[in-house]
Amino acid sequence: MNEADNAKAVDVPLRVAGLSAYYGARQAVADVSMAFVPNSVTALMGPSGCGKTTILRCLNRIHEILPGAYARGQVLLGGEDVYDSGMSVIELRRRVGMVFQRANPFPTLSILGNVTAGLSRRLPAGEKLRMAEKALRSAALWEEVKDKLHKPASALSGGQQQRLCIARALAVEPEVLLMDEPTSSLDPISTLSIEELMTVLAAEYAIVVVTHNMQQAARVSKYSAFMLADETGVGRLIEMDETTRIFTKPSDRRTEDYITGRFG
Amino acid sequence: MTPERAAPVKSKVGLRHTTSIAGTFLTAACASIGAISLLCILGYVAVQGFRAIDIAFVTALPVPAGESGGGVANGIVGTAITVGLAVIIATPIGLLSGLFLALFGRGWFPEVVRFLSDVLSGIPSIAIGLFAYGLLVAPFRHFSALAASFAFALLMLPLILRTSEEAVRSVPRAVREGALALGLSELSATMRIVVPAARPAIITGLLLAIARVTGETAPLLFTAFGSQFWELNPTQPMAQLPLQVFTYAISSYRSWHEQAWAGALLLILAVLVLNILARVVLTPRSQR
Amino acid sequence: MPTTVPGARGEGGPPRRGRARSLNVAAIAAADRFFLFVVHAAVGLFVFVVGLLFVELVRQSWPAIQAFGFKFLWTSQWNPVTQQFGALPLIYGTVVSSAIAIVLAGVVGVLAAAYLAEFAPGWIARPLGFAIELLAAVPSVVFGLWGLFVLAPFVRTILGPFLQHTLGFLPIFQGPISGVGLLTAGLVLALMILPTVTAISREVIVAIGTDLREASMSLGATKWETVARVVLPASRIGIFGAIVLGLGRALGETIATTMVIGNRPEIAASLFAPSYTLASVIANEFTEANGALYVSALVELGLLLFVVSFIVNGAARLLLWIVMREKK
Repeated sequence: MNEADNAKAVDVPLRVAGLSAYYGARQAVADVSMAFVPNSVTALMGPSGCGKTTILRCLNRIHEILPGAYARGQVLLGGEDVYDSGMSVIELRRRVGMVFQRANPFPTLSILGNVTAGLSRRLPAGEKLRMAEKALRSAALWEEVKDKLHKPASALSGGQQQRLCIARALAVEPEVLLMDEPTSSLDPISTLSIEELMTVLAAEYAIVVVTHNMQQAARVSKYSAFMLADETGVGRLIEMDETTRIFTKPSDRRTEDYITGRFG
Repeated sequence: MTPERAAPVKSKVGLRHTTSIAGTFLTAACASIGAISLLCILGYVAVQGFRAIDIAFVTALPVPAGESGGGVANGIVGTAITVGLAVIIATPIGLLSGLFLALFGRGWFPEVVRFLSDVLSGIPSIAIGLFAYGLLVAPFRHFSALAASFAFALLMLPLILRTSEEAVRSVPRAVREGALALGLSELSATMRIVVPAARPAIITGLLLAIARVTGETAPLLFTAFGSQFWELNPTQPMAQLPLQVFTYAISSYRSWHEQAWAGALLLILAVLVLNILARVVLTPRSQR
Repeated sequence: MPTTVPGARGEGGPPRRGRARSLNVAAIAAADRFFLFVVHAAVGLFVFVVGLLFVELVRQSWPAIQAFGFKFLWTSQWNPVTQQFGALPLIYGTVVSSAIAIVLAGVVGVLAAAYLAEFAPGWIARPLGFAIELLAAVPSVVFGLWGLFVLAPFVRTILGPFLQHTLGFLPIFQGPISGVGLLTAGLVLALMILPTVTAISREVIVAIGTDLREASMSLGATKWETVARVVLPASRIGIFGAIVLGLGRALGETIATTMVIGNRPEIAASLFAPSYTLASVIANEFTEANGALYVSALVELGLLLFVVSFIVNGAARLLLWIVMREKK
């Protein structure tokens, strides 16, 4: 298992050490250690069942919402272990935001309501509107919705809804943005616009994106991690490096097989 | 195939075909029995009821048999109060319990809760009335509408619980996950995002539960007990429309029989309206 | 408002992230704990009350249980005056009226369910199904009223004489016909449980029938043959469960039965004879019961109803669970 060499040089906001994750009795992921470099996009890739989504969901402790699911090991945000009982899960999730595979706008809230859903309810309306505009601009959605902020979110197209979810996550000003296959349910044009967005957002946030689309990983990410499930079905980190190096000179045979399309 | 062989095969097929048509008619007839009975009952109630109903009936107090101008106004009000109180009692417990089951679905305790809910829904309402009597009437030595509301609440609980659980469950998991991933607390995520999304189905369940107890008579016999006068205090015995219908129907006075039909008409109208409302509230959503 | 870049390039400490972060985490955690507490309290209250129900019924019927023991179930005297309380005539009335109900509702209901599930086109099935469901919504006092003033005269003037004329050699159709009695009660109960039997049978048939239906039809069987010889037999356990569920309803029905059964605690062979059910006697006599033993005996009847309905409903749900689980 390799870590990105530069990760040791700069202060990383988010790193994982010896993380194992379980769904009840079944182990999904074993002993993964990674560092996520700030102001860049890191892609987690691998075939279905390799545990990449599980790892992602451990980073903001959404993994344990499922009854019986738990994790062992460390996830360090700014040096603090998030599994330490001293850190509140709520605090963690505000510093580490998440965008899901299918856009999941809150059905009973308006567009504005969705974007401001994570903000403190005691904020005055003007302040909320200002922060919503900032988030929507960051998500490249402001111009399209500024005249219909009070319409239901279901009025938007699929790609717009996903950008709405991105804006919603950005509104709470996280340090890290997790994205779980954010474009897998979108058409090619929406996919491209989200990828562009990722590149822009990377200037301000550390982005971790799970993707099963290698070309997408090659397009958007600066660092890539390749994971694979072993014979017992437990996911492990095979290799992690700068994307350009992984795609041109992978160190591990299995990475090379995956990239050249021999499986997965 | 020789012609001699063709004939028996053809007639057998014909017989099977005829049998199939006959079978279709037979089952259709059976299905119609239910619909026809409903129409028959509704028809009689409508015809007999409209004959006896007038403004006085809805606004006046009961009068002795033989006198004209009597009404069931106190029963209408009494039923409204009793059912209203029952809703107030049953809704929080039923909704929260349904939430519990939806959020903590697996495990032995949720199964016990579901089991008890099923048991409760099968208990004859008269037994529930006896329970309410023992708990809320006997110790205080007088009847009360509150005891009736308690009994009604018990009748409503399984319905509210089950429909609330289903309603919250039917909210896609991604919505709750999205809310929690945003850093909302369990309380906020549930009450601000998930439950509002389930609201139409929850309301439908509530309407159906109300329809279930409207017209329920047996528990009233020894809880609210009935009254001839105006009563708005739930800790006292109170007139109830279903009780009045019952008492009038089994009496031997013609004028009271007529009033029984009229009261039945009011009950049926209330129940029908609630059922139709429930369908209307739910259907537009489910057709999305 | 300055926006800071996430702690890279060696800048120390977590960056200030503006007002979105200024939450009272402790208060939120406390609110969460309170919410979970309230939810658990509600469930606990629910469980407690249901348990209390059973306990209360046993407690209040204890004097009668002590006085009569199990003889209660087969003593045929129900005489408040002499304080002789035997439940046999009541059990008889309950059982017979319910038996009539499940025979009639079982046959009609299952066939109706077959029609709705298999034969009826959608534009018929939906309104027809809805009408049958609406029948379930009719309050029992309205059923009783209709039974008393419409069905009872019908039995007295048309159905009764007809049955006596054609089948009068059977003891169950002999004797005077007053209109109220076991037969009328059975008919009313049958109508009341018909929606239950139909709806649940329909669910079972729909769940079980799909694969079998196609296989049978592709072998050249007619629709009726498919239903009668393949689908219904395959669904019989679930259908049985539906009928047992209907039985549970019929056993506990109080008001409609009271209005049409004649309220006489006697065991007679004829279906035209008046009778009495467990639930009816409670309804009629409870408020006038004098004496602790009388009251206790009535509550014991209530306990009996509770136990019987528990067993019957439990059995029905078990059957249905077994059948439907395999199909999920």
